[in-house]
Amino acid sequence: MTFRQTHLLGIEQLAPDEITTVLDLADEYVALNRSHDKHGDALKGLTQVNMFFENSTRTQSSFELAGRRLGADVMNMSMQASSIKKGETLIDTAMTINAMHPDLLVVRHPHSGAVEMLSQKVNCAVLNAGDGKHEHPTQALLDALTIRRAKGRLHRLNIAICGDIAHSRVARSNLLLLHKMENRIRLVGPTTLVPGAFAELGCEVYDDMKEGLKDVDVVMMLRLQKERMDGGFIPSEREYYHRYGLDAEKLAFAKEDAIVMHPGPMNRGVEIDGTIADDINRSVIQDQVEMGVAVRMAAMDLLARNLRERRAA
Amino acid sequence: MTSTLLSNVRLIDPDAGTETEGALLIGADGRIAALGALTGVTAETVIDGNGLCLAPGIIDIGVKVCEPGERHKESFGTAGAAAAAGGVTTIVTRPDTDPAIDNPETLEFVSRRAREDCAVNVLHMAALTKGRAGREMTEIGFLMDAGAVAFTDCDRVVTETKVLTRALTYAKSSGALVLGHIQEPGLTKGACATSGKFATLKGLPSVSPMAERMGLDRDISLIEMTGVKYHFDQVTTARALPALERAKQNGLDVTAGVSIHHLTLNEYDVADYRTFFKVKPPLRAEDDRQAVVEAVASGLIDIISSMHTPQDEESKRLPFEEAASGAVALETLLPAAMRLVHAGDLSLPVLFRALSLNPAKRLGLPCGRLEVGAPADLVLFDPDAPFVLDRFSLRSKSKNTPFDSARMQGRVKATFVAGRAVFGDLS
Repeated sequence: MTFRQTHLLGIEQLAPDEITTVLDLADEYVALNRSHDKHGDALKGLTQVNMFFENSTRTQSSFELAGRRLGADVMNMSMQASSIKKGETLIDTAMTINAMHPDLLVVRHPHSGAVEMLSQKVNCAVLNAGDGKHEHPTQALLDALTIRRAKGRLHRLNIAICGDIAHSRVARSNLLLLHKMENRIRLVGPTTLVPGAFAELGCEVYDDMKEGLKDVDVVMMLRLQKERMDGGFIPSEREYYHRYGLDAEKLAFAKEDAIVMHPGPMNRGVEIDGTIADDINRSVIQDQVEMGVAVRMAAMDLLARNLRERRAA
Repeated sequence: MTSTLLSNVRLIDPDAGTETEGALLIGADGRIAALGALTGVTAETVIDGNGLCLAPGIIDIGVKVCEPGERHKESFGTAGAAAAAGGVTTIVTRPDTDPAIDNPETLEFVSRRAREDCAVNVLHMAALTKGRAGREMTEIGFLMDAGAVAFTDCDRVVTETKVLTRALTYAKSSGALVLGHIQEPGLTKGACATSGKFATLKGLPSVSPMAERMGLDRDISLIEMTGVKYHFDQVTTARALPALERAKQNGLDVTAGVSIHHLTLNEYDVADYRTFFKVKPPLRAEDDRQAVVEAVASGLIDIISSMHTPQDEESKRLPFEEAASGAVALETLLPAAMRLVHAGDLSLPVLFRALSLNPAKRLGLPCGRLEVGAPADLVLFDPDAPFVLDRFSLRSKSKNTPFDSARMQGRVKATFVAGRAVFGDLS
């Protein structure tokens, strides 16, 4: 078992064996979460602070639950309401939090690179819960765990990531992780949302969804990030749905046993047809949520072990 | 003042394109009295150059001294000290201060401050439009009378083409030189990196390098229309170069510059969101960097400048998108440019053509050359001396250099302005 990280800032820093370590441990936590007594003590005595500079319900509650199940003291700080409004800089906020001696700091921030910058100023383990359009590592890890459990492996799969790639940190982290685990990745979407530079990252780029989905094992849909778009990347939601929304007709081009994923929250009728999202034979969207808690437990557990080791040394 | 003989030096003559062993005599009037082999010449002071290089001092177009408004970032005193230590003998200041230098009164204030405090020659540029807002032209005539050598709105592009056309027409009739920033503003808006693999991986808002050619194309049309003397402040991409070449071939009165950072760094140097590498326009791909270096070598790009932009720690200690742009470079300009010489991209005379001769020609100054009768604005430097840069050793008030901890080769030993040593220990 290897996991050498001080922080979990992105998939970029992880080696394949470290990814496997997180997923293996997360598998154990899935079992714990399904048992009657859902408590572990891996984080006992530790303080976990969730700092979300951007709205989030799903990710924040997933992290909170993960921390509580492992015995951490969890505090949520909604940063939009507080000091940034008063003009405090990110570094000052970090120093203030640091003075309260947290052990795990979970951060989401609207700017790429902000979490990394913050990690340089604190003494605890920092987990990136999404920074700008850069990375969202726990999402990629939970997606990987979902795929591994559904497909029995995490290599040599054909995976299509579809939709708003340009604005998506989920897509970037997934792309990095799935490449590291030696899969073939296709990116599907209108060129405005899948810029040409992605081809340089070793992906096959498709602007025709049916072609892009042909014979894939996994269809990963992304949310159309309307809040990050200024200036119109698509002509209308109905045209987008017609050309890039996942419906039965388009899904028929994928392998018969292909699974359908979505990081949520979904825009039903925009990027995905409701009946497909709810189809228990194809959709693993609910599994993703379940894996999310387990993966976050595993990630925090591993970081806490390294933290304790560093402090003991 | 007395006469000084600099003996045993390598004379870098950008006009003739030569490097020769010899000596240079500075007359009592602060001008170059003689140069060459100079046998049997005597002077009151004789300095043995020990084989070091002697070149015309650098003329740096586009230096930001943060007076008025932000003297905590840089003053004329600190900028002058940094310039002297960097071999820069004339700084040409930018008007993007707070408030902007857009009226004769403000220009008189900065001229006075410069005279009082600055160790090197200072010339001033003024804003092209009031408040650099792109709506009304400034008092170009009065500003020229007050000493403005050129007009520019710096990194703000005048988007109203009618306003710009009138300003250029008026500038033409006044014989004024105009500097333009050529990044098409619509595409550039919100971007802090150049489109490509790096920006994609890092999730940074980016702009296509084509935005530069679009801006260049528009300005070339307006230059052709008005006949104005024009200098493109920074040409940084390969795709802009053919358009620039055509404009020159068509006989337009245009010149082009580039910052030292775009010649020596590329987009990947930003690495993990290092904000000291955030400049405007953003650092480019390596292919672009190489193309631009070649354009300096061929003379297509005329002028290298520092684009010295002091920023305090607070404005840089922010997430990359929010951090301020710009880097200090007066002191690192020559050592960084020496990288291009050591890499075999440029010869020393070609380098000083871009650092000294061409800017002097563009501004109609008598300095920038090794010539009898020219002002003795000189830099004596060791082209090979290695050092590791410590940003806190810089003389600028702001320490925002991308070259912190970088290995450099090439050090200024002495700087002379009108024959007087303003930097260096020659004892």
